Amino acid sequence: MTSDNLRTGGASRRSILRQFGAAAIGMTFAGGVAGCSGPGAAQRVVNFYNWDTYIGPTTLEDFQAAIGASVKMDLFATNDELFAKLRAGNPGYDVIVPSNEFVTRMIQAQMIMPLDHAKIPNIKNLLPDFQDAAFDPGRKYSMPYTWLVLGIGYRKSKMGDVGVPDSWKWVFDSNRFDGKIALLSESADLIRLCAKYKGHSVNDIPDAMVADIEAMLIKQKPFVKVFHEDNGQDLLVSKDVDVVIEYNGDIAQKMREDADIDFVVPKEGSLLNSDTLCIPVGAPHVEDAHAFINYLLDGEVGSKITAEILYPTPNGAARDLMPDTYKNNPVIYPPADVLAKCEYGAFEGAEKASKYEEVITRVRAA
Amino acid sequence: MEQSWKQAKAAFAIVVAPPTLWLLFFFLVPMAVIWGYSFGENVGLTEIDLTGTFKNYARAIEPLYLGIFWKSIVTAAITTLLCLIVGFPVAMAIAFASPRTKAWLLLLIMLPFWTNLLIRTYALMAVLRTEGYINSTYHLFWNLIGLPPDGFEPLDLLNNNFAVIFGLVYVHLPFMVLPLYSALDRMDRSLMEASLDLGAGHLRTIFTIVVPLAAPGIASGVLITFIPALGAYLTPDLLGGPDSQMIANIIERQFKRANDWPFGAALSFLLMYLTFFAIAAQSWVSRRAERVGR
Repeated sequence: MTSDNLRTGGASRRSILRQFGAAAIGMTFAGGVAGCSGPGAAQRVVNFYNWDTYIGPTTLEDFQAAIGASVKMDLFATNDELFAKLRAGNPGYDVIVPSNEFVTRMIQAQMIMPLDHAKIPNIKNLLPDFQDAAFDPGRKYSMPYTWLVLGIGYRKSKMGDVGVPDSWKWVFDSNRFDGKIALLSESADLIRLCAKYKGHSVNDIPDAMVADIEAMLIKQKPFVKVFHEDNGQDLLVSKDVDVVIEYNGDIAQKMREDADIDFVVPKEGSLLNSDTLCIPVGAPHVEDAHAFINYLLDGEVGSKITAEILYPTPNGAARDLMPDTYKNNPVIYPPADVLAKCEYGAFEGAEKASKYEEVITRVRAA
Repeated sequence: MEQSWKQAKAAFAIVVAPPTLWLLFFFLVPMAVIWGYSFGENVGLTEIDLTGTFKNYARAIEPLYLGIFWKSIVTAAITTLLCLIVGFPVAMAIAFASPRTKAWLLLLIMLPFWTNLLIRTYALMAVLRTEGYINSTYHLFWNLIGLPPDGFEPLDLLNNNFAVIFGLVYVHLPFMVLPLYSALDRMDRSLMEASLDLGAGHLRTIFTIVVPLAAPGIASGVLITFIPALGAYLTPDLLGGPDSQMIANIIERQFKRANDWPFGAALSFLLMYLTFFAIAAQSWVSRRAERVGR
């Protein structure tokens, strides 16, 4: 013992060990709490809080060259994350990208500020359908950035006799793809799609039907591989699953890399979403935030973003600049008869959100 | 002669004040806020009214949530047990290695801490997934020994409870090995020699001499493995399947998706009470061990 201690320098090793251990434990527990650094007074900057893979490759640099303000972009993965982050006060973001339902929610919670339309002349580029929105009457608070629709992404070679899985049945009510199904983990969206499968609207789902949906999902759960976040397209590409509920653009992006995957909006109809540009209350750079939103709504800028992210654009000027391969792509723009059956989900109050969450918690605990 | 801190109160205060203030403002105050929330009610979308209600706790002890607590405890217990079974021989080997080897082995145990938990978990996903390293190796051997190519079924390793336990054991093993090592290293070797000289076998020596003497180390290893495993969030989220949710995942969803902070706070504090209970049990074990030792 004594000779050991002499050779390695006595008790120091153990104390070093302890320090190492403490440091390591500290590292493990320190979550990624990356704040938004305060901008220098001399330098113009826009703090942009965006979804992943949701901007053109050079858009931010181009904006800096054109307007003179740099853009610092942080990423979020779900609307809930965005809401939770801003709930306790804006940590310094200037432009955020909430979806339709959350726009209503954030207006109600007074978390986003009215936009000055005079500073956004490019509003004229928006298609007539997007000049106004039910979730934000008069577009007072939000400018549309993209619209998107949920559907089933699938691996063509694994469909066999099913061909095109054009019904929600294949993910909600069938063991045909046992162990190869991924369902969305967003509880409200999942329940709404189940209601659609059962022939109901995505809104005002009666309690009895919610109970039916819960029973159906519990029955389906043994065949489900995973409840996924916003990464369904990756699970499909890595062949972990063969059918997955995802957004059209996410699958369209991956179809560039993998020719064996495809996307369909089921015949029962689906849930539409619209991602919008908003300025949160307390934004430090309101002026440049307006300039940035206006810049993103420019036709040419919009077409460059669209070419990268492959989502449907509400921007008519940007759409006109896109090639026919985009405009006629059935994944990006699903057939009109199916789209006619799709709806936007409305914000139905905090109680309902909490209730849907508990339903999915029960399904997953069952 | 050593000076007692009682005789240098000013110096003591200067040394102690910063950590105390730090603890107060960045630990106790935020915890108190969350504790307060757990007795609150949602008003509108962002406001919480501190009404002193016990409604959140009443909901938290409904069978649904108790079931999830129980599942988390079982998962953490299995993890801890596996860590102990794997970690004990490893810690013994390190304690009995030559000083030079010992330093290297300790370094190897601590090496994973230098990489972020998230990255290690993603690395595990790359190993376990359907077309991951294990399955592609398995496929390679399948073809090498000439089995029919159509018959190959990849192993289902990811997105199930097995993957969660595997991931938790992988992540928490160092937490078990380090305290075990420090207990074994401190042990008086002559007792083991005496046991062997007097005719006990190796196994008997381990179970009647080494394990009782290392009991405090085992208890603290069990504790610092069990507590983080109980609150594990990332591992079940990324490696788990449809039914692998643990209590931390439920808490996270209350703060985010369900936007129900008071309920999330109540669940967090129940978890904390469980943790206190585990710590109390551990200190009871080690105090008893000390008394037995004397």
